[in-house]
Amino acid sequence: MLITCPYCGPRDLSEFTYQGDANRARPDPASTEQQAWYDYVYQRVNTVGDHKEYWQHSGGCRSHLVVVRSTLTHVISSVGFAREHDERKSATRHKSGGKA
Amino acid sequence: MVEPLSPLAPAWKPGSHGNFAAGVGVVLSETRPGSIVEAAAWHGEEKKLIAAIRKSTGLSLPDGAGAGTYSGGKGAFGIAPGRFLLIDQAEGLAARLREAVAADTGTVTDLSHGRTAIRVAGPKAEWVLSKLFAIDFALPAFPVGSGVSTVHHDIFAQIQRTGEDAFDLYVFRSFARSFWKMLGHSTEEVGYEVR
Repeated sequence: MLITCPYCGPRDLSEFTYQGDANRARPDPASTEQQAWYDYVYQRVNTVGDHKEYWQHSGGCRSHLVVVRSTLTHVISSVGFAREHDERKSATRHKSGGKA
Repeated sequence: MVEPLSPLAPAWKPGSHGNFAAGVGVVLSETRPGSIVEAAAWHGEEKKLIAAIRKSTGLSLPDGAGAGTYSGGKGAFGIAPGRFLLIDQAEGLAARLREAVAADTGTVTDLSHGRTAIRVAGPKAEWVLSKLFAIDFALPAFPVGSGVSTVHHDIFAQIQRTGEDAFDLYVFRSFARSFWKMLGHSTEEVGYEVR
């Protein structure tokens, strides 16, 4: 399987590290809501077909990536920097008084 | 001045080795740069960092992922978004860069004693490296001056093409001797000279 890193270009799977499901939303760290944390830590959809997931190009530029991969065929339909994927989320967090 | 000691010294055997009857396919050497420095820009400050590098070293980094430049023992290339590896045969590059790069532009890390620089040069250099790394080493895909970050099993390597048939490899110092021995085994079939 090849993953086309947005910086390095197409690279072999052995250069990458899987970092889990990118569909779940991390609850506010200050939250003590049990159900939200339970869902975040344990619940997975186990998608058939296109699945959004985090990868790190650990044997290359070390960027964190968001990859959409089909769990049926391993066809990768999109790759982007996780930084850009999360920008909207972190922007709202910064606005609400957190440190940049 | 701290006298640099090579981690390759116990395995260093100058001369021709392997199948060199029909000529030497590659020459393996250690370039021993005085300065190996990583410069990293904060998000959005990449252009300022590139300008600071140009001002203090005279090296102009071309645009694009992995793009770089090499001439006369001085080199620079992109290793990751906003991060660059800079090499100079002379010492003192890190100190010069630290003065030129403002704290809100990025960071400068002196790796001079943390990396070992190995040069693989000769008509079979592309062939040998293709056996070790899953990278396209052909000249159109990997032009002179540009670089890549990759890995051979767990040995991380940053590779810059410094000539049409020459590549400089930067590997972690602690892995360098093991990598060097493996490189020797891999080049036996084409015949290699250590110098």
